[in-house]
Amino acid sequence: MKLFAPLAALCLLAMTSTSQAADPNLGRNLAATCANCHGTNGNAVKGAGLDSLAGVPKDKILQKLSEFKSGDKPASIMHQISKGYTDSQLDLIATYFAAQK
Amino acid sequence: MMLMKRRDFLKVGAAASAMASLYGCAGGGKASGHVVVVGGGYGGATVAKYLRMWSEGGVQVTLIERNPTFISCPISNLVIGGTKTMEDITVSYDGLKSKWGVRVVQDDVVAVDSAKKTISLKAGGAMSYDRLVLSPGVDFMFDQIPGLNNADAQSKILHAWKAGAQTVALRKQLESMKDGGTYAIAIPKAPYRCPPGPYERACLVANYFKEHKPKSKVVILDANEDVMSKKGLFTKAWADLYKGMVEYRNNSEVKDVEVATNTAVLEFDKFKADVLNVIPPHRAGDIAAKSGIKLINNRWVDINWLSMESTSTPGIHVLGDAVFPAPTMPKSGHMANQHGKLAAAAILNMLSGQEPNPEPVVMNTCYSFVDAKNVIHVSSVHQYDAATKTVQPVKGAGGVSAARNELEGKVAMGWAKNIWADMLT
Repeated sequence: MKLFAPLAALCLLAMTSTSQAADPNLGRNLAATCANCHGTNGNAVKGAGLDSLAGVPKDKILQKLSEFKSGDKPASIMHQISKGYTDSQLDLIATYFAAQK
Repeated sequence: MMLMKRRDFLKVGAAASAMASLYGCAGGGKASGHVVVVGGGYGGATVAKYLRMWSEGGVQVTLIERNPTFISCPISNLVIGGTKTMEDITVSYDGLKSKWGVRVVQDDVVAVDSAKKTISLKAGGAMSYDRLVLSPGVDFMFDQIPGLNNADAQSKILHAWKAGAQTVALRKQLESMKDGGTYAIAIPKAPYRCPPGPYERACLVANYFKEHKPKSKVVILDANEDVMSKKGLFTKAWADLYKGMVEYRNNSEVKDVEVATNTAVLEFDKFKADVLNVIPPHRAGDIAAKSGIKLINNRWVDINWLSMESTSTPGIHVLGDAVFPAPTMPKSGHMANQHGKLAAAAILNMLSGQEPNPEPVVMNTCYSFVDAKNVIHVSSVHQYDAATKTVQPVKGAGGVSAARNELEGKVAMGWAKNIWADMLT
């Protein structure tokens, strides 16, 4: 068994690295789907009335998104859009925006 | 016995990373090369900027666009309705040049040689590419409406379904129309560019009539069985805001026109209008067919949703209204912008020897004005599904406005400012 464990782990690693490896830029790519309204890299056009997300702390973005998703926070459109993303995708998006300037 | 010792883990890690470099990451360096983008609309401008931004200048990008400036189709119905000007919907390409280092060439592409990887320009000369992006929008199938199949007819019976000179010309026709006249808009069978757009236009022309020519009427001749987008919200707007002014006729496909009398010829009927606005059926922009890539129904480009690459011709990616849509995916400027980002990410991976992102997501938001201030939206999110090899709408996500409202009227203009900046500055 001791011999088999590393082999099994190797197979798992090899599988994830060849077929289903997450793209290293997944967070960047997902966050870009928000940029139409919230600006490139979360820098919304000033005075246009939509929230900038660049540099906003991750937990703050995630809390808002989860409130939109649950319906706790009233919204015109974000309650519909936030439901289209998985929680792990929202986590990646929030991580990306928090790291932007 | 289940514990893996640290040295074993290190061995495994080393072996796995050796395998990864053999398979997944071979040649996984920084992306470089030359990408030529044809068409500087919502899709093309976005892919050009994002290729430069995400490669940190490593990839050279040439954008070929026939118009000197970007003119937005979204918001252009407000110009037709008289509450916005052409200046409000026009944006320069200077930001792409000076801020992002995109080489912008004002010209037309007349041919693509996918074997030699070159394109030919109308002004003469050729250009080589490592990857080509076609974002050609739509061209109209005037042959489906024989009376419209000549330049003279097309200068009198307008589509105004590409923003620009026709937007201005349709506005002038409406201004010249006498009070008590009839404006008719003909909608082709789906799929067509901007599903809610014709109904929005009907609202905004009615809004203009209500204020300036109150005896006039708006008639919608829809080739489809029913209102194709935001049905409840549009029909409520027609009933509440424009009672007796807007008439909706379904199953009313325009088969021909009589230009001299501004008459639409339907299957069993004719309709004479004072201003006749016919949106002909459309297909992918001409360069798509000319480049020899695979079309579906001889109209829309068949693409791989992981990369927006043509299914028939490696090295050519296609964006926006020109592609055969994924299930429930609208042909919209917002969606074309999303296609541009999906393609930019995939192209940069491919130029550095990696596979495209296996789990892309795109989403759509579309705001329609029902009068000068009140807006209704439709939204959707589409995730890649490996089983069906396409992007599928997420069930339970997306939807429409609860009711028309002025808040979204402000948000709609904020959307426009942000998406134009996201593409062009």
